[in-house]
Amino acid sequence: MATSTKTVLRCANLHRHLGQGEGRVHVLRGVSFEAERGGIYAVVGPSGCGKSTLLYQLGLLDRPDGGEIWIDGELMSNNADAARTAARCAHIGFVFQFHFLMLEFTALENVMMPMRKFGRLSGPEMEARGRGLLEAVGLGDKVHRLGTHLSGGEQQRVAIARALANEPAIILADEPTGNLDAHNSGVVFDLLTRLAKENGQAVVIVTHNPSIAARCDVTRPMRDGLFE
Amino acid sequence: MSPNLRIALRFLTAKKRSMMLSLSCIVLGVGLFIVTQATTTGFEGYFVKTILGTDGAMRIQDKIQDTLRSVAGSGSGSPFAGDHRDGRKFIVGIDNPGLLTTSLHTYSNISGISQVLHGTVTIRSSFKDELVQAYGIYIEDHLRVSDLASQIVSGSLANFRVSPSGALLGREMADRMQLEVGDWFQLETSSQIRRFRVSAIYETGLSDIDRVRVYLNMSQARSLLQKATGASYIQINLFDKNRAREDAAHIQDDLGYTAAAWQDRERVWLDVFRALRVSTMITVSVFTLIAGLAMFSTLMMLVLEKTKDIAILRSMGYTRQDISRIFLWQAAIVLVIGTACGCALGAGSTFAVSRVPLHIRGIFSTDRFIVSWSGWHYLAAVAAAIIAVMASSLIPARRAARLEPGDIVRGTAQ
Repeated sequence: MATSTKTVLRCANLHRHLGQGEGRVHVLRGVSFEAERGGIYAVVGPSGCGKSTLLYQLGLLDRPDGGEIWIDGELMSNNADAARTAARCAHIGFVFQFHFLMLEFTALENVMMPMRKFGRLSGPEMEARGRGLLEAVGLGDKVHRLGTHLSGGEQQRVAIARALANEPAIILADEPTGNLDAHNSGVVFDLLTRLAKENGQAVVIVTHNPSIAARCDVTRPMRDGLFE
Repeated sequence: MSPNLRIALRFLTAKKRSMMLSLSCIVLGVGLFIVTQATTTGFEGYFVKTILGTDGAMRIQDKIQDTLRSVAGSGSGSPFAGDHRDGRKFIVGIDNPGLLTTSLHTYSNISGISQVLHGTVTIRSSFKDELVQAYGIYIEDHLRVSDLASQIVSGSLANFRVSPSGALLGREMADRMQLEVGDWFQLETSSQIRRFRVSAIYETGLSDIDRVRVYLNMSQARSLLQKATGASYIQINLFDKNRAREDAAHIQDDLGYTAAAWQDRERVWLDVFRALRVSTMITVSVFTLIAGLAMFSTLMMLVLEKTKDIAILRSMGYTRQDISRIFLWQAAIVLVIGTACGCALGAGSTFAVSRVPLHIRGIFSTDRFIVSWSGWHYLAAVAAAIIAVMASSLIPARRAARLEPGDIVRGTAQ
């Protein structure tokens, strides 16, 4: 398959079953997908169609039963756990619907956590970048607030800052606005897409929200484990 | 500070009560382990010191002599030699102690040699008569193989040295006979009666000695017991007392005399102390085991509560090893604090126990609780805690590391 040099994420013929025995479901039935740098992609579809499962596959959080996944041109689908983990650290940022933050840590500590693992920056550089990211998401005055002392919208904004911390090429967001009111949904989406565009990052968003999907560059509707 | 340690420290605060419970168990386990070992080995050590200070590190007595029995063969008229049934002959006592002493001086580990002659006599005071054991010694030699000088509770050895009729009486004997320093008494054998004067009264703490043993100058003992030569046994002191068994075996092989090391001579009591030490160690180890179980339970709960955080960390690029280390760090932090506090508790308790008044006579003499200060007790307690806590932390840590982030996120997202 010919791919553009801008392609940072690609999967081909992905299969995934969930459950066991009679309850075993063929969730992904040969899904193929591509995302380019700077592109905002929405994956939409009814519940249970395999959107989130696809996202976890693309984020190397789960292993496919068949098919291939390339991250920045490197085939990752069958790699060892250590290589997949390293790829997540270097290339992928996640924003989850429910799992916003580690609540025992402050906003700044949450943002610095991926950087500490990556180890590319010094301590002061990490802190400066963390403060800058929190400033960018409008939380410059709440860097030392614990996760428990932030509202849902604020927590999701910190999660976006954290996803951007290591300047990953890919941002994967699973219903990032699903738990927020309309105002906060708009704020979070605007932030995510603006920062990603500025940094040339590919953003894949799984969403039920039609207005969010409509504002993305590409919308890919899914049904029964396949793109329509 | 490593990211894993930083996260572990913060997770610790999430389960304060459970962690405090684990910590308390470790502190108690380590502290009690130390104090019980300090007391049991303290008494054991003091008992050993007492027996070494009374009967020495080794005793040589009775000769085992190889024999050849000449038998006249019937009919042949020609003599031939054949082995005795077991080839050896037992001779009571030491017939030439001077020669044996000279030979013993060649052993490098021997620090003192004392000839002892003893026999049963009747002691008569104005109060009563009793059968006792008279021990003839050369006092200067005997002081090199015993703690007799420090066991004197009244009177003085100087009087014994200069007075041929001087005698050293055990405290229990003196009390029973109602004798005091300076008093005269009689020792009687089947053939003679002699008068002696109490030069000093000693107390070893061992009833079997203090009740029956009266020390006399060797010349007086020989005369009283009518044994002009020889000795009943030779008491020996060693530089390295733990080598007594090896030295005894060498002496027995080289010189043909039975030699008994203190470990064999006092085996019964030493076995009692050893059994006591092991039983208390087992009892106290239960606390350490509970500490391990508490840590296991706390970490398992923490793993269950932190599955989302584990998924987030894994999504950021934290490896399975990182996750495992985060939980092992928590156990290690609690362990370090617990063992440090436990050692402090153990030291404090040991000190407090050492101040407790306790009057014991019979197997040794003490008026307070005896403790032993040994770094090995602390090392053993810490080692036991490390094994219990880290072993019980491995399962939760491995379980946390095995969690699949995709499963966690999917399970909570759906």
